[in-house]
Amino acid sequence: MSGPDQPTIRSWPHELRRADGSPYEQPGFRPSNAVLRWLEARLPILDLAYKTGFSYPTPRNLNYLWALGGILAFMLVVQIATGIVLVMHYTPDVGLAFDSVEHIMRDVPYGWLLRYLHSNGASVFFLAVYLHTFRGLYYGSYKAPREVLWILGVIIYALMIVTGFLGYVLPWGQMSYWAATVITNLFSAVPVFGETIVTWLWGGYSVGNPTLTRFFALHYLLPFAIAGLVVLHVWALHVVGQNNPAGIDPQTEKDTVPFNPYANVKDWFVLAVFLIIYAWLVFETPNYLGHADNYIQANPAVTPTHIVPEWYYLPFYAILRSIPNKLMGVLALFAAIGMLALVPWLDTSPVRSGTYRPLFKQFFLGFVLTTVLLGWLGSKPAEGGYVLGARVLTAWYFIHFLVVLPLLGRFERPKPLPRSFAEALKGGKTAATVAVVAALALAGAHGKALAQEQEQPTPPRNSWSFAGPFGTFDRGQLQRGFKVYHDVCQACHSLRLLSFRNLGQEGGPGFSEAQVAAIAAEYMIKDGPNDQGDMFMRPGRPADHFPPPFPNEQAARFANSGALPPDMSVLAKARQYERGFPRFVQDMFVPYQELGIDYIVSVLKGYAPKPADMTMPAGMQYNTYFPGHAIGMPPPLSDGVVTYTDGSPQTIDQYAADIAAFLMWAAEPTLVARKQLGFQVLIYLIVLSVLLYFTKKRIWEPVVSHQ
Amino acid sequence: MSAAEPTRRDFLYVATAAVGAIGAAATLVPFIAQMNPDASTIAAGAPIEVDLGPIAEGQIIKVFWRGKPIFISHRTKKEIDEARMVELGELRDPQPDQDRVKPGRDQWLVVIGICTHLGCIPLAHQGNYDGWFCPCHGSQYDSSGRIRQGPAPANLPVPPYAFLSDSRIQIG
Repeated sequence: MSGPDQPTIRSWPHELRRADGSPYEQPGFRPSNAVLRWLEARLPILDLAYKTGFSYPTPRNLNYLWALGGILAFMLVVQIATGIVLVMHYTPDVGLAFDSVEHIMRDVPYGWLLRYLHSNGASVFFLAVYLHTFRGLYYGSYKAPREVLWILGVIIYALMIVTGFLGYVLPWGQMSYWAATVITNLFSAVPVFGETIVTWLWGGYSVGNPTLTRFFALHYLLPFAIAGLVVLHVWALHVVGQNNPAGIDPQTEKDTVPFNPYANVKDWFVLAVFLIIYAWLVFETPNYLGHADNYIQANPAVTPTHIVPEWYYLPFYAILRSIPNKLMGVLALFAAIGMLALVPWLDTSPVRSGTYRPLFKQFFLGFVLTTVLLGWLGSKPAEGGYVLGARVLTAWYFIHFLVVLPLLGRFERPKPLPRSFAEALKGGKTAATVAVVAALALAGAHGKALAQEQEQPTPPRNSWSFAGPFGTFDRGQLQRGFKVYHDVCQACHSLRLLSFRNLGQEGGPGFSEAQVAAIAAEYMIKDGPNDQGDMFMRPGRPADHFPPPFPNEQAARFANSGALPPDMSVLAKARQYERGFPRFVQDMFVPYQELGIDYIVSVLKGYAPKPADMTMPAGMQYNTYFPGHAIGMPPPLSDGVVTYTDGSPQTIDQYAADIAAFLMWAAEPTLVARKQLGFQVLIYLIVLSVLLYFTKKRIWEPVVSHQ
Repeated sequence: MSAAEPTRRDFLYVATAAVGAIGAAATLVPFIAQMNPDASTIAAGAPIEVDLGPIAEGQIIKVFWRGKPIFISHRTKKEIDEARMVELGELRDPQPDQDRVKPGRDQWLVVIGICTHLGCIPLAHQGNYDGWFCPCHGSQYDSSGRIRQGPAPANLPVPPYAFLSDSRIQIG
């Protein structure tokens, strides 16, 4: 058997035997159709597809965690498909990017759906990749002969991190801008060449338009590079064969089942269940994993008080921050990811599956907890006990790889390995769930901390007609809210992303076409140039946007003693307050996305005499709920200031609730459509999951009963 | 009982596949629908008003409606007569000039200025028929915007429009 041509590593698909001991040969595609035979003789593409996706032998003891590969392939396709259609409407320009994303949310048919699918798709993609990686780490899927397969996976993961970051910059919100600034500045830690590299990355002296356009180009390119690497990953997998929960190689055909229908139906079932989580995020809590600050357009002059990356980068962010030296921190961040590529050589144990390694099992659990806790710490402000905790856990993260894994192989006494698959299948499957729970916890541990220097009372919750999965806007309330905006707010606050025509939209204030035209005609719009080359003012039309009260920021600040009244178009989504543990977990399952307008209501009603010991800057008012308590806006509402014609009470409380509801609608005019479609999709996915479960059960019946 | 078993099994498989296929098909809807004109484009396609006052006799102006050039021709007596004297039988796309203008407003011709061959914009006051000549492939239109020569199959279409007053029209 030995010779220079023989591979020195055994991979089970090449060693597989039939039950009678003769060599097993995988069935190929043998068409009876003459045309297909003609084609296959010239390009055996159907044979390749058949052997890859149909007759490919898979170990019959694979558990549900082995469906993650299929889920990841599916998510890559979803991200590429939704990404390509989003590009059809997105404009990569610092002046237009933010507005073009809002254009997608408001005007493009199903644009809100495609964008939420893409932004939340990134989260579930990472969720699946973490589960996939933890599975590989637990079952020793990186050990010979699967080292190349594993390293390809690490490269894919690294590219995903880069791609995700690049994509996060594109909406050009505050978090986008400052993420771009902070992450590119990592490279300034490079000795001597740091500044040159960063300037080169930016294409300028700061993050700006050249940065945005190149990030856009690369964000479009890298997913296709990932797709190419996935092909290599799958190729490598099919050469060496799949690992399995027992970590022993299948000996005979009896230890395997063909990919179709067995693995296929199992993958589809798990995918359907996974899609329920995805759909829940998209339709019920689409902004839960995002950051309110990213609904504020990028402002190079102001850094948000507490910047945090997306949840899937938090552990690495915690590692970066825990090290008090710039260069070492950056190196630790990259090393933490690169460490994964070395695992095949760091783990010295000959036993693959963690199931038969009692000590490794404990340490694995400890490692999972370490990453989850690092993620949680990454979401906290870098101060006090958080820093200490992050340092201890960062140290443990590296100790696990560099000390524990090499030593365990020497000192651990593994349990006896099963001699056959039949014996292995009698074992339990408890460990499989550990990784699932861990990664879900990681997602959940993402906090929404807002660093606040002063004690800040939490705005009380209100009851809103549009809260919850079945909520709808109250048309009368939106009309009253518009009146409050019209009579009070618009003197200082713009509403630039809204057009007058939106006021007549279904599910919104529902003004009639004539009312919309009349409202539009009240406003004067700058148009032109006319035939003489002059700009002129004309009455508004339904297609026009609300004109701003001030021509520019300087004029707005000048008229408001230095303060800038924010645009109100997405204000309801751009404000948030910390809910703290365990309330933020509860918010994921019992969707409540009205924190922004609760805050707005509280600020509107929160004016109070200043405490005696506080010095107030000139022109500022004391407000209980405004961060820092000093607000530039004088109390805007008083009883009776707006006249209602529908008999509603003309009180501050009513005004505040009405304007907040109007702003929620203005921020997300498609909210009701989203919830209605979401209900249908969730019901559909539940039905599909149940059907797939029973189909899977039926198909696997002969295999299971044979055990 | 053994005969009934495969039937139930088949039903389950068919039902699962059917539900899955419906979902896959429904998923295509947003991906296809997103390419339709968006709400802002539709709103911007609202009717426009044009003041005819400054257009001199014999002059043709171009205005834009829904991104399309609209030719507004203030026709001379000669141009009107030429358009009316043609035998309908000679025309590729027979249509009397009277049907292409508003009654009593014979001097005003309003057409969409896009060649019906492959979409180029014809040049005014060129060609053999006192109308338009398309530089792309040589189609010629007469003073009523009707196709007279060249590869184009049809007349320049008349957009929906109405006279608001003697000197003002609304297109759309």
